[in-house]
Amino acid sequence: MSRVLSYEEKNTWIHRLCGVTKLIFFLLWSLTSMLTYDTRVLLVMLVLSIVILRASKTEWRQIGTVFKFILFFLFINLIAIYVLAPNQGTLIYGTDTYVCHLFKGHDLNQEMIFYEINVFLKYMTVVPTVFIFLVTTNPSEFAASMNRVGISYKIGYAIAISLRYIPDIQSDFVKIKNAQQARGIEMAKKAPFFQRIKHICAILFPLVFSSMDRIDVVSNAMELRGFGKHKKRTWYMGKALKKSDYIVVAFVVLFSAVALFVTFRDGSRFYNPFI
Amino acid sequence: MEPIIEFKNFSFKYRSQKEPTLKDINLKIYPGEKVLIIGPSGSGKSTLAHCINGLVPFSYSGEITGEYTIAGKDPKKLDIFELSKSVGTVLQDTDGQFIGLTVAEDLAFALENDEVPTKELHERVDKIAKEVDVKNLLEHAPTELSGGQKQRVSMGGVMISDVDILLLDEPLANLDPATGKHTMELIDEINKSKGTTIVVIEHRLEDALFRGADRIVVVGDGKIVSDSTPDELICKDILEEQGIREPLYVTAIKHAGGKLTEEMTPSRIDTIDVSSVKELVKSWHDKNAVFCEEEKGETILEGKDIYFSYDGKEKVLENVNFSVSKGEMLAIVGKNGAGKSTLSSLICGFNKPTSGELLFRGKDMSDLSIAERGEKIGLVMQNPNHMISKPMIFDEVALGLSIRGIPEKEIKERVEKILRVCGLYPFRNWPISALSFGQKKRVTIASILVMDPEIMILDEPTAGQDYRHYTEIMNFLKDINEKLGVTIIMITHDMHLMLEYTKRALVLADGKILADTTPARVLTDETLSDKAYLKKTSLYDLAEMCDIEDPTAFCETFIAFEQRER
Repeated sequence: MSRVLSYEEKNTWIHRLCGVTKLIFFLLWSLTSMLTYDTRVLLVMLVLSIVILRASKTEWRQIGTVFKFILFFLFINLIAIYVLAPNQGTLIYGTDTYVCHLFKGHDLNQEMIFYEINVFLKYMTVVPTVFIFLVTTNPSEFAASMNRVGISYKIGYAIAISLRYIPDIQSDFVKIKNAQQARGIEMAKKAPFFQRIKHICAILFPLVFSSMDRIDVVSNAMELRGFGKHKKRTWYMGKALKKSDYIVVAFVVLFSAVALFVTFRDGSRFYNPFI
Repeated sequence: MEPIIEFKNFSFKYRSQKEPTLKDINLKIYPGEKVLIIGPSGSGKSTLAHCINGLVPFSYSGEITGEYTIAGKDPKKLDIFELSKSVGTVLQDTDGQFIGLTVAEDLAFALENDEVPTKELHERVDKIAKEVDVKNLLEHAPTELSGGQKQRVSMGGVMISDVDILLLDEPLANLDPATGKHTMELIDEINKSKGTTIVVIEHRLEDALFRGADRIVVVGDGKIVSDSTPDELICKDILEEQGIREPLYVTAIKHAGGKLTEEMTPSRIDTIDVSSVKELVKSWHDKNAVFCEEEKGETILEGKDIYFSYDGKEKVLENVNFSVSKGEMLAIVGKNGAGKSTLSSLICGFNKPTSGELLFRGKDMSDLSIAERGEKIGLVMQNPNHMISKPMIFDEVALGLSIRGIPEKEIKERVEKILRVCGLYPFRNWPISALSFGQKKRVTIASILVMDPEIMILDEPTAGQDYRHYTEIMNFLKDINEKLGVTIIMITHDMHLMLEYTKRALVLADGKILADTTPARVLTDETLSDKAYLKKTSLYDLAEMCDIEDPTAFCETFIAFEQRER
């Protein structure tokens, strides 16, 4: 599980990009996808994100588990939309083109199908870029990238250091859980709600307290090596922006602008093929 | 020559405390010296270290009287950052000290904070990585490193700023004996090749003296009680008074009635001249030789052909067979990652063996849940803070019983009985936070004992304890073992512990059982102790020097004698 969605070193132009470039790309790309319901824009974005995913040489084993997980919830989401709001399509597109009857109060029409396809597309355009960002950006570069876009290095480092200690805390958690289970604290689902809360506390308290001890050590260690001395710091993993970085940023800015222009030109976020 | 560290009539009192922790310290350390600071827990040796690296007074505030200079400057006028350029500190907890996501970043950390340009960072990281021998690990994450490797990274991470003084706080505490040896070698090399002043805080004297030291400063009750060469110190009685363990071979010579003099250069086993005491030691051995009778109780726990793998590919345990008799005290030894913890997690049921079976009193345990096994086999973790989940001592010890729905009256009886056994009864209504580390350990042991287990597994029961607390905990365990008849299995790499308190050791290496024999045999067999990442005991060398034919028997004589004397 630890290997899933984690950074893997590969030699592609995407891996060679700066972390900050990928961060900007990801943020603008998701923003665009969130705002638009224009099927034409979404289709273009979908094709592009698949192309980029291929270019990053991301393999199925890196993302497969999580992708299936996302798909599962996406389908639940789509079904829920239909069950709760079967006429959403008609509300948006203004027509009602009957397809078939499913069950009480729920007819299926083309507008609804089309709306659901759009929702599906939106997810599918964002998900690959999340994957790309996570599996092609060295976590060591996160802090440096955030510092680059103007966030204080102390905040950036706070994130880096939590990435550093997550595995330690995970292993502490497993150890504590095991030891408490051996003492008879069952995590069974049968137990009444309050009892379960109590049992969870029996694991969380030791975890929190032992983590506090660690914080003390870590902050001493950081201070003893001069962390926080200056207003700025340099980064071992910092990369200088290259031509390709500027090109990518320029592209994503331009693309978002055009995409949003196309989307909102007729005054609506939706592309309507029914009229 | 000007001293690089100088304390003059120096005292320090923590803000939260009434009494000063350091009293009237006068100490000079000269450039290029290698100085060992020893003392029992609570003696003030760590506070002294904090004064040198600036954590006192910059992180832990308090009141300073007297004068001191570090690297020719008055620390009070500097800040912790300025001081950190002269004094590099390697903390005891190398996990906590490892800040970067990878080795390279951790090495670069101090320079990054000093705004050294990225290009220069890479050059200097490469250079220091070679010096501390982690060049091929630069891309590794801390989870992929062994304890010794992490420590080398920690050293590199402070040496990269070209410090004048390297301060190491209990560098041997978390290492197996073989790795500890390498650490002392590396420290010695740095001292010799770069002329860095070295200050090592330790309480494991014998291991810390492996490559010698220029001077040893003994701290006791906030004062400096001795400041002399190692040879001088060994000949005096100060170690015993301060509750610091002297080297085993020294104890053995003393038992034999031998007198130590400075001329014998007795501070290291490889320099000592035993000609004057040789005959004494020999005749002592002949007089006290023991024959260990093999008495075996009924088998209580048994493992048959156990294989285990987390991912189905890499075997963590392979063909493991063992049996434990009732009432035994047994050690499981081996280097980190040899499979010791995995074996205990299989016994407790946290993981299931891939194949093979575990029998408790002849019955297969595979159907028992973790909690059901917990009633028969209790596990005490290394870090007591990982187990304690209640604020009050009584409630913590009662937890296992109250969860099982045992009536309150019975709980009270059983808990109070166990608290008496563990010497915790006077504290029963105390908050746990008021206890010392050793007392907390007792609470966790009590909380397991209260469930009446037949076997207790302890993971590194004495880690981080000084000699006095070590003796306290181990005698306590021995008591439990004898009085309550609890079988005790200890996972450890403490050689003294296995030698003195166990009759049998299972040696694990690379997931296989390498040997199942007496601790004396493990520690006198060089190939075996090497593979287990232990160190051949100095008793072996002493026996050889004294022309004793069977060093293993000598070792056993020594242990039997010690146990009788205690």
